[in-house]
Amino acid sequence: MSPKPRALVAMSGGVDSSVAAALMLESGYDVVGVTLKQWEGPKGEMPTAGCCTVADAEDARRAAAQLDIPYYVLDYVDEFRTAVVDRFGEAYLEGRTPNPCIECNRRVRFHALFDRTQELGCDVLVTGHHARVKRRNGEFRLLKAVDAGKDQSYVLHMLGQTELARIRLPVGEMTKAAVRERAAELGLRTADKPDSQDICFVGNGDYRDFLREYFPEAAQPGMVVDTQGEILGSHAGTVDFTIGQRKGLGVALGEPRYVVDINPKSATVVIGRKAELLVAGCVVTDGSLVADDAVLPAAVEVKVRYRAEPVPAQATVGEEGSWQVMFDQPQDGIAPGQAAVLYAGDEVLGGGTIAEAIR
Amino acid sequence: MLYLDHAATTPLRPEARAAAEPFLDADFGNPSGVHGISRRAKNAVEAAREQAAALLGASHPLEIVFTGGGTEADNLAVAGAALAAAGRRGVVTSAVEHKAVLDTADFVSRLEGRIEIVGVDEAGLVDPERLAGAVSDDTAVASVMLANNEVGTIQPVPEIAAAVHGRDRRVLVHTDAVQAFISEPVAVSTTGADLIALAAHKFGGPKGVGLLYVRNGVELEPLIHGGGQELGRRSGTHNVAGIIAMVAAMQAAAEDREGFRGRVAAARDRFEEVLLDKLPGVTATAAGAPRLVQHSHLRFPGMRSETMLIRLDAAGIAAAAGSACQSGAIEPSHVLAAMGFSPEEAAECVRFTFGWPNVAADGERAALAVIDVAGAMR
Repeated sequence: MSPKPRALVAMSGGVDSSVAAALMLESGYDVVGVTLKQWEGPKGEMPTAGCCTVADAEDARRAAAQLDIPYYVLDYVDEFRTAVVDRFGEAYLEGRTPNPCIECNRRVRFHALFDRTQELGCDVLVTGHHARVKRRNGEFRLLKAVDAGKDQSYVLHMLGQTELARIRLPVGEMTKAAVRERAAELGLRTADKPDSQDICFVGNGDYRDFLREYFPEAAQPGMVVDTQGEILGSHAGTVDFTIGQRKGLGVALGEPRYVVDINPKSATVVIGRKAELLVAGCVVTDGSLVADDAVLPAAVEVKVRYRAEPVPAQATVGEEGSWQVMFDQPQDGIAPGQAAVLYAGDEVLGGGTIAEAIR
Repeated sequence: MLYLDHAATTPLRPEARAAAEPFLDADFGNPSGVHGISRRAKNAVEAAREQAAALLGASHPLEIVFTGGGTEADNLAVAGAALAAAGRRGVVTSAVEHKAVLDTADFVSRLEGRIEIVGVDEAGLVDPERLAGAVSDDTAVASVMLANNEVGTIQPVPEIAAAVHGRDRRVLVHTDAVQAFISEPVAVSTTGADLIALAAHKFGGPKGVGLLYVRNGVELEPLIHGGGQELGRRSGTHNVAGIIAMVAAMQAAAEDREGFRGRVAAARDRFEEVLLDKLPGVTATAAGAPRLVQHSHLRFPGMRSETMLIRLDAAGIAAAAGSACQSGAIEPSHVLAAMGFSPEEAAECVRFTFGWPNVAADGERAALAVIDVAGAMR
């Protein structure tokens, strides 16, 4: 066996993970590249749109070939279907708006990758996420990326000490521009590839079509009501609505109305005034803290959506290990199913899933 | 580097390379022409056809149709037969066929053909009577492979052909002999088949060329249309160098067959003997059934084959598991599922296949190398 340390690099076919692989090679590691095949069409083919597509796997394979490292595609279709796709549909029908990429990280991707890291005799797992890991006071800290605009620490909040000890996030120290520049210098064909925004199993970017096809209940016609239960109109399926949505409600009222609640089971969409969107806090379940010295209650900043800015809040431990997060100022757009991630400045303290809003 | 994936593809034989060389250079002509350069290519292709026909014991050279590989030959046999037969469009086949047959049957079903897929026993064997029993008035073609590409089980094709023809002589019998040809005698008379598919690269020829034996008088609907080559059964300019190389490899493989069986069986048997002795719990699939001498399909309980393949690769050993999909991920094997393996059991299987360059001593060497890797995983 080689005396060099070995790194397993999770390659998505994007520029970040390609450069991450190159950086590990430069720092003296033996590098193995892998892509998890998570979703497939009816005949076993990988999807052609979204992230994790055949084209992405080919891009990853080409980058691995350019770097002269072995590359493999690993089959996680069954695990992914059970843990992420089925749950996505079920959660949706229960009126939540899940973030499948976070669910995947939590339930499939990191378990799988850390398992394989060990099975394949590798010392560290490397991903192309924009975030940083630093050790302070004997604890591994998960920090925001150097490039604030590209920070992905939100989607990594479920990692604990065991995981952070073995993960390397080399591009988290770089700006996206620097990553692309590096890729261009290395001649990687992923250098100019646009960032992927799509959900991998949805394809073509519209999760609504996915829900219509796999969970037809989401496309049942129903009523649009106000917060008092007064019927204001009808709709062709709750799938067409998201919390906070203002346009396309199909009702004409004097002042702007917003979707404040969705109940797919009863096919009901509740709309209200802007003020009715505002909530005082939320209950968070499945919460985990990154560092062993992190404690609640604490004054934190909380991020309630991937694209939201963190806002000041007080986090306390509530019933049955759930957390209660009360915002210093009422917030809108709180969607059950999304992740709530607690920060102290640049550091991720932990996070979990929003179970319900506290009004 | 230890290459134990000869069932996936095997190196080009020197005879094939030498035979092809002139047709990559001076004799570059298109066989469908009137001038001397064309004629030389045409004559070479027709001489190759005669030689291939003789090697298969065909009654006429024009019973050989050159194709772009084994998959295309299977497609032409199954879909071509189903689409040509008057008033019949059904396909009867087995659950362990190559996807080239199963997916073509599925294609035929989308054209309103009735498809019957017959199960196998735990060794992967098709029961001739059961298969013939699935033949109906609607059946155009019955297709059973000569030997399975994953586990190596040799099917009783002569008995199957007799049973099917006994039931209804109008039903065509196709056999995919792609994996078998290198080590098993393949002849029209012994198989009793009306259609036989071969792929050059499995016996030492180049990739992308194959042939279909089509019994005289059998009508096939062509699938590739154009210039009308191969009596209209397969249009497209001939892959002259490929065809010449294939038939040279075919000749070499036929001449080497007895020698191959001797040295490869010795290597494979020694491989399994050493490995099964050193790694208790490991089992050889279909070991009690008629099996290709080059195949060793093993189950390593408690070990994930995907991980094992990657570790073998790192140790310089090339092996396989199931079949790779478009992305390169290993797909769950339909063959093992049909043989009664659970998905978990199937995911613990690795296929090692020996080839024409191997000698008897390679068996022990391979076993020790695999034991090293498997031992590190325990």
